[in-house]
Amino acid sequence: MSRYNQGTLIVSSSPHILDNINTTRIMLDVIIALVPAFIMSGVVFGPRAILLTITCVASCVVFEWAFEKVTKKENTITDLSAVVTGILLGFNLPSSLPYWMAVIGSFVAIVVVKQLFGGIGQNFANPAITARIVLMLSFATPMTTWPLPKQILEASDAVTGPTPLGIMNMGGNISELPSKIDMFLGFTGGCLGETSAIALLIGGLYLIGRKVIEPTIPVVYIGTVFIIALIAGQDPVFHVLAGGLMLGAFFMATDYATSPLTTKGKIVYAIGCGILTMIIRLFGALPEGVSFSILLMNILTPHIDNLSRRKIYGGGGKK
Amino acid sequence: MSIFSKHLPAIHVEHHKYTAECPTEKMPLPDKLYISMLQHIGAPCEPTVAVGDHVKVGQVIGDSEAFVSAPIHTGASGKVLSIEKTMSSVGIWDLIVTIAVDKKQEVLEDLSPPEVTDKESFLKAVRASGVVGLGGAAFPTHVKFNPKNPEEVDTLIINGAECEPYITSDYRTMLEDSELLVNGIKTTMKHLNLKKTIIAIEANKEPAIKKLSDMVKDEPGIEVFTLKSVYPQGAERVVIYETTGRVVPPGKLPADAGVLVSNVSTIVALQRYIETGMPLVSKKITVDGNAIKNPKNVEVLIGTPINELIGFCGGYRRVPKKIIMGGPMMGRAIYDDSIAIIKNNNAILAFDEEWATVPKETACINCGRCVKACPMMLMPTTIFKAYDKKDVEALKKLNVTLCMECGSCSYVCPAKKQLSFMNRLAKQLVAEGGKK
Ligand code: SF4
Ligand code: SF4
Repeated sequence: MSRYNQGTLIVSSSPHILDNINTTRIMLDVIIALVPAFIMSGVVFGPRAILLTITCVASCVVFEWAFEKVTKKENTITDLSAVVTGILLGFNLPSSLPYWMAVIGSFVAIVVVKQLFGGIGQNFANPAITARIVLMLSFATPMTTWPLPKQILEASDAVTGPTPLGIMNMGGNISELPSKIDMFLGFTGGCLGETSAIALLIGGLYLIGRKVIEPTIPVVYIGTVFIIALIAGQDPVFHVLAGGLMLGAFFMATDYATSPLTTKGKIVYAIGCGILTMIIRLFGALPEGVSFSILLMNILTPHIDNLSRRKIYGGGGKK
Repeated sequence: MSIFSKHLPAIHVEHHKYTAECPTEKMPLPDKLYISMLQHIGAPCEPTVAVGDHVKVGQVIGDSEAFVSAPIHTGASGKVLSIEKTMSSVGIWDLIVTIAVDKKQEVLEDLSPPEVTDKESFLKAVRASGVVGLGGAAFPTHVKFNPKNPEEVDTLIINGAECEPYITSDYRTMLEDSELLVNGIKTTMKHLNLKKTIIAIEANKEPAIKKLSDMVKDEPGIEVFTLKSVYPQGAERVVIYETTGRVVPPGKLPADAGVLVSNVSTIVALQRYIETGMPLVSKKITVDGNAIKNPKNVEVLIGTPINELIGFCGGYRRVPKKIIMGGPMMGRAIYDDSIAIIKNNNAILAFDEEWATVPKETACINCGRCVKACPMMLMPTTIFKAYDKKDVEALKKLNVTLCMECGSCSYVCPAKKQLSFMNRLAKQLVAEGGKK
């Protein structure tokens, strides 16, 4: 019988079968998980919210493509990670932000934070969060002017107003706070993608179900916020629903590149995020602390990873 | 991977056990046997026959003075055609004894059951049987059964996990040779003074679990343990931990944890020798893969060329692009299908182009899947980054030497990183770095 050898047979290292998961599939799942919140942003803030997010996505993809073209790196836009960054950046902006500012944000996220540090998986901080903070420091007023949901808009003359946390922070009248139901559904002021807790929760559960993320970080992060609010004598449910916590806990703090690898590390990291968030909310000058907390914990991640090496098999205690 | 779990991390891999219900068929004698002198870990054998010699079934044709070695026998009678040096499939020089099979199958006159009365004569018989670790490691069994600390060893674990996809030869052995298996366990327990035997079988082999449980229900000290159907339950350290909760510290042997682990076919081959005097000359092999016309389990003589074995299975259905000796997770891709079966082969898998293509690696996204998958609780992503920097110190701290190359990390990696392969390179680097 015919013989098959060197010329025709592939000799590669084991394993010879692989799971059919790949980076693109993971990013696609994240995009799917963000769809409910994307739709809600349109319902709450109108078509401009949709257009702003699309601007971010388009500019992120173009910046990624262009940077890799210029630096002659392999093109990676098909892994869809730039699309995810674009959506998350859009979600972290007020819907009234000028489009050109969103484009600057995309540049910061993709070129400065992601590509200059070596591309996907190499960035030390979450690109969308860093871009949001850079925009906030550069364009303070437009970045903190919150258009009101359409509903409220129709009922009053005001076009913009404070976020629920803003009201709290200014020592405002508690009666001005939106109802829990409105906060849960998303009909409050805030960044365009962060207000609808229910939409983000659905997306987060989808990611957990698809095993894209583990529940550790969101559960511990949200739990920490809840407990601290309770201890501080404030309404814990309000703090869980307010601000960017849902978006941050499920979609930003869980970013692979900037969160710890081990379960132990993830717990430490998420507790840190929760504590910092509440410190900023309760004592800081800023009404909202999710972005800053995650950024700070991102920076600590390599150290957490180093300190939380798990016990290897046979390396001491067994559980 | 919860820190509260009693189990080691593991992954789900599709079983593909298509040949499970294929009773073993005996392959007719091939025209020639190509018997390698390099069939175990340790010192290779020297041929004990010369070109032109007439050999009979069961005759020793290769042996070594070294302690860590095992004799090699022929399973067919005939004439020694040649003894040639060739490059083996793992890249070291090997001697191949070629036998022209006369198909008369004359059996060696003095082939008779060995006299086994005590530990010493038992270990002698184990060596004479030519049996080595047939689960894959090919470590000479008589060495394994003779640990430095016999008084501390109390348990025998019979590894019937067969966690590799496709392979069903151990499963067939458990069903078809169950008597030899149980008798072999009893012989081993008696002469090595072991109190307990655990037959560990994965949950997906229900009929084997049932059959063996029935057979040993009145045997004191022997029990059947059902392992979860996840990968890699059959890895030595994993099966020890899952069945006894004992941990073999890095750099130590199972005997240091008081256990001996033996594959089902190893015990069966050993008992066959003790009962009949016929040494290890044949193997049950699963032949499968989408390039094989009629996948099946075959009993084949050691030394049979792989292409003839595949011919017995109807030949290739499609042009093979990858042929694997062993399972798809840990087996070795071979570069030539004319090489011959050796003792520790348990499967030959052939795949077509579509299956064989190696996907392109992309950047590590730091997702932690590899960390979660590793049964040894290593951190493959951190290891490969340290290897890229050739940082021997960091690699030592990361305990890369504990990696058993099970392939779980590579399997789950969305970036298709060849992590277990890089671990092998990293282990070499540490070994070299250690010498300097
Ligand atoms: S599984 Fe692959 S992509 Fe994920 S951390 Fe490990 S090496 Fe990186
Ligand atoms: S190949 Fe090594 S590092 Fe990878 S999962 Fe197996 S033991 Fe762990």
